[in-house]
Amino acid sequence: MTRVQEDPVLVVDKLTKTFGSRTAYSDVSFTVGRGEVFGFLGPNGAGKTTTVRSLGTLITPTSGRATVAGIPLEAANAVEIRKRIAIMTEAPGLYGRLSVTENLQYFVGLHHLSNGAERIKNALEAVNLSDRARDTCNSLSKGLRQRVGLARTLLNDPEILFLDEPTSGLDPVAARGVHDLISGLRDRGVTIFFTTHRLAEAEALCDRVAILNTTLRTIGNPSELREQLFNKGLTVTTAAPLPDPDRVFTGLPGVESWDADGTAAAAYHLAVSDPAVAAPEVVRALVHAKADVLSVGESRHSLEDVYLELVNEDVEASRR
Amino acid sequence: MSALKAVQAVRSGRIDATRVRAVVRKEITDYRRNRFILGTMTVLPIVFLVNPIINIFAAPTSLTRSALDARVGSTMLFLLLVPVILPATISATSIVTEREQGTLEPVLTTPVRSEELLIGKALAALIPAAALAYAMLGVFLLAVKLFAHQQIADATLEGPRILAQVLFVPLLAGWAIWAGIAVSVRADDVRVAQQLGTLASLPPLAITALMAFNVITPTFRLAVLFAVGLLLLDAGAYRLIAPMFDRERLITARRSK
Repeated sequence: MTRVQEDPVLVVDKLTKTFGSRTAYSDVSFTVGRGEVFGFLGPNGAGKTTTVRSLGTLITPTSGRATVAGIPLEAANAVEIRKRIAIMTEAPGLYGRLSVTENLQYFVGLHHLSNGAERIKNALEAVNLSDRARDTCNSLSKGLRQRVGLARTLLNDPEILFLDEPTSGLDPVAARGVHDLISGLRDRGVTIFFTTHRLAEAEALCDRVAILNTTLRTIGNPSELREQLFNKGLTVTTAAPLPDPDRVFTGLPGVESWDADGTAAAAYHLAVSDPAVAAPEVVRALVHAKADVLSVGESRHSLEDVYLELVNEDVEASRR
Repeated sequence: MSALKAVQAVRSGRIDATRVRAVVRKEITDYRRNRFILGTMTVLPIVFLVNPIINIFAAPTSLTRSALDARVGSTMLFLLLVPVILPATISATSIVTEREQGTLEPVLTTPVRSEELLIGKALAALIPAAALAYAMLGVFLLAVKLFAHQQIADATLEGPRILAQVLFVPLLAGWAIWAGIAVSVRADDVRVAQQLGTLASLPPLAITALMAFNVITPTFRLAVLFAVGLLLLDAGAYRLIAPMFDRERLITARRSK
C-alpha cells in the first residue's frame, strides 16, 4: 500500500468549478498522501489557481467533493480547514509599510497562535531572513519578499502547504533558494501542493505531478508519466549520415522502428522494446556498416516533453 | 448580525477577540506610516477646529438668545464633520486598497472570519476618529470657556449640548464607517471608493444640521431619539454589510454560487 493510499491528507473527487458559462476546472479527482510533494502543472488559465483557492475555502466549488486535512470541504468547515492549511499566493501580498516581523505578527494574531515570538523566530530562521526582521517589506527585493511570504505560511505548522507559483518572476538564484526551502520542508514531513510553470523544478522536487488543462490530463510520478507517454528508445549519433540507415537498423533484434532526428544531420531515434537488448545489436550493426559512431544512448524524455505532448494534444483537439 | 449579537458572539467564542485585536493593531500601525491618512488626520482637524473658533469668537454679543443658539449650533456642527469625514475616508479604502495591493487574499486564507475582519477594521477607523473629535471638542470648549464673552460661553457650555456632541461623535462615526466599508467591499477603485464613502456618510449629518439650524427644534428628547435611531442604523448597517463581504467575489470579482 502506498503512502497516498495509507494516509491521504487531501482527497479530491470530481470537483468542478464554473463561473457562469466558463469552466475553470472540471471533474478533477486526485489524492495526495501525507508528506508528499505534489506538483500541479498546466498552462495559463488551466484552473490551477482556482483549484488551490477552492481547496483553501476561498472559492466554492460548483460540484464534487473534497476532504482537506481530513475535513470535508464545506462552507461550515471553512475556518477549521483554514486552521490546518497555509496558502502562499502567487504575489506574497505583504504590507509594505510594516516590517517583516510586524507582517508576521499580524498573521500570528489572525491564526490566534500562542508562542508568537518563538514561531516568528523559527519561521524567519527557516527562510534565512532573521537579519532582515526589522526591515520594512517595501525595502526588500522580490526574492526576499517571496521568502517572507513563505515564512508566513510556516507560522501555523500547516498540515498542507499550498504554494501557488512560488518561483514566479524570480531570478534563478532566488528560485534556487525557494527550491531549497521546499526540499527542507519536505524533509520535515510537510505535505506540499504546488503549482508551477517551471517543469524542471517540478521534476526535481515533486514525488508526483498532475497536469491540468481544465480537466486533469494525467497524474503520476515523472518517470511513470514518461513511460506511459513515450516508447523506450535509443539515440544514435554518427560522424556522418549513414548511406543506407534502413539497411543498418531494420530487422535488428529489439528494434521496432527508427527515424532520423530532425535536429542533427547524423542522428537517429530507434524505438526499442528493451534498450539493454537492443543497444549491443545496434552497436554491432553500426560497426559492421563501418559507421563512425559518436554515441549510442538511451533516449531520455523530460517532464517538459510529457507536458508538451499532453497540452499539444488539447490544442489540436480544440482546433478540430 | 446586530451589535448585540456580535457581542454575544464574542462571548460565545464565535468572534475571536484576539483576531479582532490583531486587525486593529495592524491597521493603526499602518495608518501611522501612511502619509495620506496622516495628512488627512492632521489637516482636517485643524480646518474644522479653526473655523468654529473663528465663527464663535466673531459672534456679536448683541444677538438674541435664539439667534445665539443657532450660531452655536451651526458652529458645533463643524466639529461633527471630522468624526464623519475622517472615518468615512479611512474605511472606504480599507478593503479596496487591500484588494488592489494583493494583501487581502493572504488574509482570507487564515481562519479569520469576515465579521472579525470587518469589526477590526471598523474599530481601527473609529478609535483615531473619535479620539481626534473629542480632542477637538475639548480644545474648542476650553477656548470658549477661557476667552469667549460670558454670554457666548453660557450658550455654548450647556450640558445637554455637550452631552449630545459627546454622544453623536461615535454614533455618526459608526454610520460613516459602515457606509465606507460597504462602499469599499463593492468598489473596484480606491478613488471612487473614497468619494462614494464620503457621500454615503453624509445623510445623518443633514439631520444634525437641521437641528443645529433650528429647522427641527433641538430638545433633549429629540436628541435621544436621534441617537437611538443612529444606534439602530449602525446595527442595521452592519447586518447589511456583513453578508456583502463575499470572499469569492472579492478575490475573483465574481459572485459565489
